[in-house]
Amino acid sequence: MAISQTSAQPLASTADIAVSVRNISKKYNQTEALRDLSLDFPKGELTSLLGPSGCGKTTLLKIIAGLLDANSGTVQVGGQTISGPGPDRAFVFQDFALMPWANVIRNVAFGLELRGIAKSEREAIAEKYIASVGLTGFEKSFPHELSGGMRQRVGLARALSVDAQVLLLDEPFSAVDEQTRRKFQEDLLSLVQNENKTFIFVTHSIEEAVYVSDQIAILLPRPSRVSEIIRPSSFRGKSVDNIRRDPEYLDIVDQIWASLRSYVE
Amino acid sequence: MKYRSVILKIMSAVIVFSAWEIAGRVPISYSFPTFLESMAALAVITLDGSIFIAYAETLKPLVTGIAISGLLGIGIGLWVGLSEKFEWLFAPIFIVMQAAPLAALIPLLVMIYGIGLTSKVFVVCIMAMPVIVLNTASAVRNTPVSLKEMARSFLAKDHEVLLKVIIPAASPIIFSGLRLGVSAGFIGAILSELKITPTGVGDIITFSRSIADYPTMYAAIFSIILLAVLFLNLLEKLENYLFEGNNRGYISD
Repeated sequence: MAISQTSAQPLASTADIAVSVRNISKKYNQTEALRDLSLDFPKGELTSLLGPSGCGKTTLLKIIAGLLDANSGTVQVGGQTISGPGPDRAFVFQDFALMPWANVIRNVAFGLELRGIAKSEREAIAEKYIASVGLTGFEKSFPHELSGGMRQRVGLARALSVDAQVLLLDEPFSAVDEQTRRKFQEDLLSLVQNENKTFIFVTHSIEEAVYVSDQIAILLPRPSRVSEIIRPSSFRGKSVDNIRRDPEYLDIVDQIWASLRSYVE
Repeated sequence: MKYRSVILKIMSAVIVFSAWEIAGRVPISYSFPTFLESMAALAVITLDGSIFIAYAETLKPLVTGIAISGLLGIGIGLWVGLSEKFEWLFAPIFIVMQAAPLAALIPLLVMIYGIGLTSKVFVVCIMAMPVIVLNTASAVRNTPVSLKEMARSFLAKDHEVLLKVIIPAASPIIFSGLRLGVSAGFIGAILSELKITPTGVGDIITFSRSIADYPTMYAAIFSIILLAVLFLNLLEKLENYLFEGNNRGYISD
């Protein structure tokens, strides 16, 4: 019994890894952005990439997305080595990346449009996700008629509508105001609980990372490597109202700041 | 409130035409007719049909030239914008074309292509094409990177990135190039009829000037401006129809 359990352990843990980054290196001309970086992203969890600016966290995210090629190393998504963008991943952009000439429903359905899904079908799916991010009634609006927070909801609905297993979020809340950001963070937590998807979340906010993450990877710059992986344990099951006063939350925030402080100019 | 822009447009037309009328009555020059005289002359050449015969002639180089400039200009512009090599190859030609003193070059064109339609189409193209090419190229080159990445991350193929993202994103500047190009093309068409052989509207202008029938001369000039404005409005309607969300209002009409 005990033997079979221990031997089953590593198998179970590889099956629980949604994205696996192995020995990634990336150079921009002479600048070394990432060196020999390895990191695992557990299935169904939210992992934050946190670090000072210029530490290559967005670069890593774009390599996972298949938008950038690494100089060496591999990225596996669901056990398959990737060679470019794929249907298993969807991206949420820092600047929203909405098409200004297209209305909300076309923007949300754009990923499905590129997959060749018929118009009526993709609009039905898009409507469902527009409703789920709370934008019902804005289907025919254009991006310039929406507030920043609403625009990012459109970006989120677009990423959700292609039903990818892995969601890649590149500082998605950095361009929205503080109050909207708090609402987004709470929504993100319930999304992680309900959607059973894997989230990879780039942020420069320590509080935000600790608040939303199941796992926090601290990256240190020049060249980037993973210096620490933190897994908050005690407050994740609690209600969203109590997280920010949890002693563990406060300790982790302090601990991360202590290790990042010397890297911030 | 809904009619405010219409009222403003009418008011601006009334102001311009009143100024014209007053300037003609002062008169600032004996060769400058009043607005009403010019409109009367316009009515005469409209009623006797001579203006339609003239436009049948003028529209040939104009429409051909603008169609070539529009299609070829946007095509070359996309190419130049997408590929750095083609920028080196083509952009200097169009920059030179744009800066060239065209009136001085017309004799050269006539020597090569004769006095027929070909030379006139060339004049229209030389006037219209550079701004279309250069605007299109710079718009394509400045497509927001995140929009292209967005399309690629949602599995767009290269031609889909071009058709669904790059061209729509570039469309406001492509269309502003088209507007400038089309206006320049109208100037080119009249220039060619004044400088190469007097035909069509250019003939009305040249002939009525030679017999000192200034109202008719200004009526012809007025009609070509009117046609250009109508055409530009049509172009804007087309743009709004194609790329609705890009429309934040223009003032060309």
